[in-house]
Amino acid sequence: MTANGAADVFLLDGEPIPFAPGQTVMQAALAAGHYIPHLCFHHDFKPHGSCKVCTVRVDGATTASCTLPAQAGMSVECKADDLEENRRTLVQMLFVEGNHFCPSCEKSGNCLLQAVAYDLGVLDADLDYFFPSRPLDASHPDLLLDFNRCILCELCVRASAEVDGKHVFALSGRGIGKHLIVNAESGRLVDTTVAVTDKAVDVCPVGVIIRKRVGFAVPIGRRRFDARPVSAQALEDAPRRAPPEAAP
Amino acid sequence: MVDAAPPSPNVARLDAVVAAHGARATELVQILRDAQALDGWLPPATITYLAHRLRLPRARVEGVAGFYAFLHLTPAGRYRVLFSDNVTDRMAGSLDLLDRLCTSLWIERGKVSEDGLVSVDTTSCTGMGDQAPAILVNGRAIPRMTPERVDAVAELIRAQVDLCEWPADLFAVADNVHRRDVLLDAIVAPGDALRAAIARGAREPERAGSARSWREGVPALPQGPAATLEEIKRSNLRGRGGAGFTTGLKWEACRTAPGTTRYVVCNADEGEPGTFKDRVLLARHADLVLEGMTVCAYAIGATQGFVYLRGEYEYLAAPLRATIARRRAANLLGTSILGQRGFDFDVVLHLGAGAYVCGEESALIESLEGKRGVPRNRPPYPVTHGYLQQPTVVNNVETFCAAALIALNGGDWYRGLGTPRSTGTKLLCVSGDCARPGIYEYPFGTTVRQVLADCGAERTQAVQVSGPSGTCIGAAEFGRKLAFEDLPTAGAFMVFDDTRDMFEVARNFAHFFAHESCGFCTPCRVGTTLLRNVMDKIHGMRGSQHDVDRIRRLNRLLQASSHCGLGHTACNPLLDTLKRFRPAYERRLQSLDFEPAFDLDGALARARAMTGRDDASAHLAEVDEDASAVAGRGQP
Amino acid sequence: MSRSAQREGSPVNDGAPRKLRIATTSLAGCFGCHMSFLDIDEKLFDLLRHVEFDRTPLTDIKHCGPCDIGVVEGGICNAENVHVLREFRRNCKILVAIGACALNGGLPAQRNHVDLGACLQEVYLTEPGLARGCMPNDPELPLPLDKVHPLHEVVKVDYSIPGCPPPAEAIWSFFADVIAGRTPHLGHGLIHYD
Repeated sequence: MTANGAADVFLLDGEPIPFAPGQTVMQAALAAGHYIPHLCFHHDFKPHGSCKVCTVRVDGATTASCTLPAQAGMSVECKADDLEENRRTLVQMLFVEGNHFCPSCEKSGNCLLQAVAYDLGVLDADLDYFFPSRPLDASHPDLLLDFNRCILCELCVRASAEVDGKHVFALSGRGIGKHLIVNAESGRLVDTTVAVTDKAVDVCPVGVIIRKRVGFAVPIGRRRFDARPVSAQALEDAPRRAPPEAAP
Repeated sequence: MVDAAPPSPNVARLDAVVAAHGARATELVQILRDAQALDGWLPPATITYLAHRLRLPRARVEGVAGFYAFLHLTPAGRYRVLFSDNVTDRMAGSLDLLDRLCTSLWIERGKVSEDGLVSVDTTSCTGMGDQAPAILVNGRAIPRMTPERVDAVAELIRAQVDLCEWPADLFAVADNVHRRDVLLDAIVAPGDALRAAIARGAREPERAGSARSWREGVPALPQGPAATLEEIKRSNLRGRGGAGFTTGLKWEACRTAPGTTRYVVCNADEGEPGTFKDRVLLARHADLVLEGMTVCAYAIGATQGFVYLRGEYEYLAAPLRATIARRRAANLLGTSILGQRGFDFDVVLHLGAGAYVCGEESALIESLEGKRGVPRNRPPYPVTHGYLQQPTVVNNVETFCAAALIALNGGDWYRGLGTPRSTGTKLLCVSGDCARPGIYEYPFGTTVRQVLADCGAERTQAVQVSGPSGTCIGAAEFGRKLAFEDLPTAGAFMVFDDTRDMFEVARNFAHFFAHESCGFCTPCRVGTTLLRNVMDKIHGMRGSQHDVDRIRRLNRLLQASSHCGLGHTACNPLLDTLKRFRPAYERRLQSLDFEPAFDLDGALARARAMTGRDDASAHLAEVDEDASAVAGRGQP
Repeated sequence: MSRSAQREGSPVNDGAPRKLRIATTSLAGCFGCHMSFLDIDEKLFDLLRHVEFDRTPLTDIKHCGPCDIGVVEGGICNAENVHVLREFRRNCKILVAIGACALNGGLPAQRNHVDLGACLQEVYLTEPGLARGCMPNDPELPLPLDKVHPLHEVVKVDYSIPGCPPPAEAIWSFFADVIAGRTPHLGHGLIHYD
């Protein structure tokens, strides 16, 4: 609070955004009804800052808005042409890095990567495809892991550790070889303690962690992002003006 | 979540490894290194057992092991030979020697021999640029490789001689010091700088004498530390790791940050290709390094120190531990150092395991905590939230040496050296095309031309200053000064004469960054690989102006959105060479317009081999040959 | 990229504007994008007032001549695909990649994780039930590439219309823009990848 009792504000593309101490720019913007494109950010989890899609400019310097602590008086630029262009390229990078064949993916229509790409107006990948070879894990009776679609957002890693208390997922490798692993010596999901009801299963924004036998149940046209773009829906999902989490 | 431990043949030996590290999860990288020494790799059962013993999720342990290049989750051979793959190693013939060794051992590069005896591959620069080409065998450095030494190594491997019984001369590493200044000339008896620091506080009571500070809750330091900090600030010493942050301000910020324990970390993860000064400092002046760390501990009130030594310098670990023990015995480490009550500080050595990114201070701290070496989100910075979230100073090896000299001789003395904005001296690591590669210490402000003259470089076309993440300059700029205000440097000084192809230099660096990206953020993870691929395409004479434009576009993205300095600087060597040596690129371009992403005819090779065909239609020309036949292209 | 689809040359447009000449083809695709094209239904009549067709599956012209717009469906899976795509690029001022296969290889590219040699071996030589297996090697047969690639990895592509197939409205929207000389733009609802 400022001296006169008004809430602290910063400017987002010229609009005043109120915030509470401990909130990041992303958290405050969403709570105030302003969308900043994002993939690895999720309002239930501590910001993580790896996808970089939410990169904004503050005083000439660019930085991820999901991890940037809000400060009174700061002027944040989000809707600049170059920032939008960079966001498109980042999304294109994620498409060429894995194998994303939307027509044959159960998550299509409900996929955050796809929805963010639509919203940014991404028509093609432009970059050269890597076509990596990544085997599936169909060992679990109720769940399928399709690593081809992983964008390494670590939401399942965070959810399994922080909410489910299980540590079913982790990352191994590094650089372009970084990949998702499961908590079993066999390397197979069936040998972990994962359950279909886990938050980690629910939170996957793309089509990696898939519930078996329920795919394609909703017809095209009625899926989550068919009706309205993600920019509208993210605002509905975000906690409005909720008290911020305590600073780490 | 702890998995049940299955039986493992190594349980007793693994227990010993775990016990030696107090079963602390923060020691995970050290434990994995030691556990790997048992089998030459980390079998799944070993990972499971270590997770069980350390009460960590198994996937977390596997994830850490999977991060570091020198930790193996699949069998890698009883003898693991790695050729340093910096461009200076290549210039000294490393690839021919690698082929020679592979041929001699009847193995394919990158694959383990069928009997599980040996594997041969490349690794990032091992810090032997002045005695290239160099290799590592099971982590032990062997410099100055020649065909004869390759044959000797092959014979020792074939005969399955234990590494500890290999001839000592193979492992001899030279210091090659060619120019000394105040640092390398310093004769400081262990403890001298510390005594000077303590004495300074005592003889300047007016500076710290007011009892006001500790009564008001600022850490209750004795008078000496404030005086030492004052000298460091007065010296205007700046960090020698490359970024050049003012050391005194860093120490002061750490000293005043709230916390229960303060830490001093010596960054000896000297990974920047072409840099090897820290290796020489740790080999010849280990006491001075530790003295500097202890001065820092005294100034900021730290009780625990770490030296984070890159895995490539494993051979320095034993002598360093001996030096630490000697200092402990001399009461220069431990409790009540030099009889000062409350002055307690000790140092532990940690080894890296093959990860350049751990040279970034927050990634280094993650590694010290036993995690994947991924840079943290900043702020907060390590000075307030470092090791175990406590205030931590991370400084370069050379910075600590300079700090010790400043403690001894005073800030004003140091400020008289170098330039006003870059005080003191700098160690340069000269390698590449010159008569006398090695270590040169100069006052800041020395010109590139002076260094080239001193090291015996002739017909020089380019110098890569401060490694791939630094600056590549051409002959027109040799009058520039090595200083923070002109050409900042962490030390690397790679010389290229006019026979060298600067495109290939840049391509080598592009491969380096792709190999060393931690993979945390999208732009660096994917972007460094795209850059590597573009450079390989141009190298294969399949590039176009479109590809050159792509480099510039990727640069804008990596500059704007990468998580740390690795991504920010990954395009530097490409942009620098494009600016100064553009024809090296242009003469490789196939066209100014567009070229396919892949080798079209090569993509048919597999089908040709399967069908036995070699007729005209079984091939695809690299360029659209029919295009030239069509006049007025595109006109309806 | 903003190329005018109008004839270059004379600044004065005397009489009726020349019709845009369009060629289309399907490479490693399923003709589904062509079917979606036909789904613009009665707008086909509007379209035909502005365009004429060169090589397409509809005209049965075998080779693409000089055109204003080339529309290519399907990815690149063999040598013949490369030849056809190059013919289009050579002759068309505007090259349009249409549909998932043209843009990322699509369904055919899902063979990319299978080794081509092993695949041919199994299909033609070792598959149980083959009486006398032999590897087809007639020079008339186009050789397969080791991987299926999108168009933009082989030639420069000017515009993309995503979808599997793209909705008819997206295809019409694209042509309406080009005919009017506007930079094509697909808004929400017209961009989808499935």
